[in-house]
Amino acid sequence: MLYNGNDVTDLSAEKRNIAQVFQFPVLYDTMTVFDNLAFPLRNRGIEKMEVTKRVHEVADILDLIPFLKKKAAGLTADAKQKISLGRGLVRSDVAAILFDEPLTVIDPHLKWGLRRKLKEIHEQLKLTLIYVTHDQMEALTFADTVVVMYEGEIVQIGTPQDLFENPEHRFVGYFIGSPGMNFLPCTLDGDVAQVDGARITLDKKTAALGRQARGKLEVGIRPVHLELSLEPVKRGVPATVKAVEDQGSYKIVTLTLADKTLRAKLLEGKPVPEGKTWVTFPAQWTRLFADGRLVK
Amino acid sequence: MDKWENNKAWFLVIPVCAFVAFSAIIPLMTVVNYSVQDIIGPGASVFVGTDWFKNVLHDYRLHDALWRQFLFSGLVLLIEMPLGILIALAMPKRGWGVPFSLVTLALPLLIPWNTIGTIWIIFTRPDIGLFGSAINSLGVAFDHTRRPLDAWVTLVLMEVWHWTPLVSLLAYAGLRAIPEVYYQAAKIDGASPWATFYYIQLPKMRGVLTIALLLRFMDSFLIYAEPFVLTGGGPGNSTTFLSIYVVKLALGQFDLGPAAALSLIYFLIVLLLSFIFFQVLQRVGKGEKV
Repeated sequence: MLYNGNDVTDLSAEKRNIAQVFQFPVLYDTMTVFDNLAFPLRNRGIEKMEVTKRVHEVADILDLIPFLKKKAAGLTADAKQKISLGRGLVRSDVAAILFDEPLTVIDPHLKWGLRRKLKEIHEQLKLTLIYVTHDQMEALTFADTVVVMYEGEIVQIGTPQDLFENPEHRFVGYFIGSPGMNFLPCTLDGDVAQVDGARITLDKKTAALGRQARGKLEVGIRPVHLELSLEPVKRGVPATVKAVEDQGSYKIVTLTLADKTLRAKLLEGKPVPEGKTWVTFPAQWTRLFADGRLVK
Repeated sequence: MDKWENNKAWFLVIPVCAFVAFSAIIPLMTVVNYSVQDIIGPGASVFVGTDWFKNVLHDYRLHDALWRQFLFSGLVLLIEMPLGILIALAMPKRGWGVPFSLVTLALPLLIPWNTIGTIWIIFTRPDIGLFGSAINSLGVAFDHTRRPLDAWVTLVLMEVWHWTPLVSLLAYAGLRAIPEVYYQAAKIDGASPWATFYYIQLPKMRGVLTIALLLRFMDSFLIYAEPFVLTGGGPGNSTTFLSIYVVKLALGQFDLGPAAALSLIYFLIVLLLSFIFFQVLQRVGKGEKV
């Protein structure tokens, strides 16, 4: 692991020169907000004038100026999280700030404000922020680069768009996006994936890669990419509509294909089938997975 | 439902009322009763009003005993609180050392109080006691039966030995309850061990330390059995604390009236001081100025 070109893999957390915002606000209760923010600087022996200047700069960015003289203990959860963040920001040389699900304890209506603030700070200070979350919305709207971890292993690093369009792992497929990606166990027959007799035509390159791959094969496709038609179409696979959920601007259609369940996301205005329908899997959006990993 | 039926619920409260009456109110009122009468003999008494209270409050022996009591509690708290916290900080956090140190610490708390006095009499005897003869052989003339200062040193040592474990156990419980993230945050912020202690551990231990301080204050202010066994209030009156004085007055001289008045005053002092301690520590907790 490198920070600014320095190998920090074996260093302890404090020597890596990072700051961290924890899931629950960690404050020095007996200190004022000013002292809380000044604490990391004072511990590093920075001179008084500089401390005051930095603390005021950071308090200004975080809208904490009115609270500077108050005790930290009595503040609201979002103000406390801002102070935790501020303790990282005051250090001008901090390599990165880690956020460990920092908005878990914040009320939903304050979450938005705090998120916006974080985004602002990110753009203003150009710091590396590493944000851990279970909330895919948060991850996708926030980040330039998302790292998805599954069972202690990094399964994909990419932009939000990458994660959506080319999930490299089954987990990324169903964790990102709502509803998650559809997966159907299949066998290959030339360029065609067979799902219990239903035939799905794949992209030539995908099929070729699939023939070389080892392990259990699955076809994966995003609900939004499935096309439903009311009449038989070329390459359409017959399916039965089980349920339709109206989500406002789109509808989620639950289908059974062979004996597997599929979900399709229909944008507003598209015809909604009832009973029997024909599903098309556009080849450019149909992915093949071997043992849970994208074949490539 | 009719009101009378609702009132039957009061019967359920009667047992506890009776219990509190027998355990606290009746004995206390007996003392109040004695404190306003001159008991001449069985069945013969004269109402004297607040005379005993006035007498007792002007009694120089009471003043001396009270100051001794304050000095003793003050010394004991000054030693036990920091020492207890230090021990708690030094205690292991995991492994076999935890149960070992907990049990070892708890041992003095399990010994009956008058036995503690006896143990220390023998321990500090200049002729046969390990501590007494050792310190005498170092050339320090030490004899708690003759020299007031030595008697005090012995009493304070005994009290510290006896009760510091309680402070340690409470402080240890408080320390273990601090979430790990606070230490991580302190490390990231570059806090020194002292800063970590002062800004994290000490504030987080405030609750348990309040309890420890109150318990230790009350217990040391009411101490009786150990000094009674160890010094009997001597040499002279140098270790005659309020409790010992009250007992001397009531049982030694059988002055039930003044003893009762003194008991009540004693009780009120403890109550008042505990209340003040508690209020002050609560304030500190809320981050207001004391």
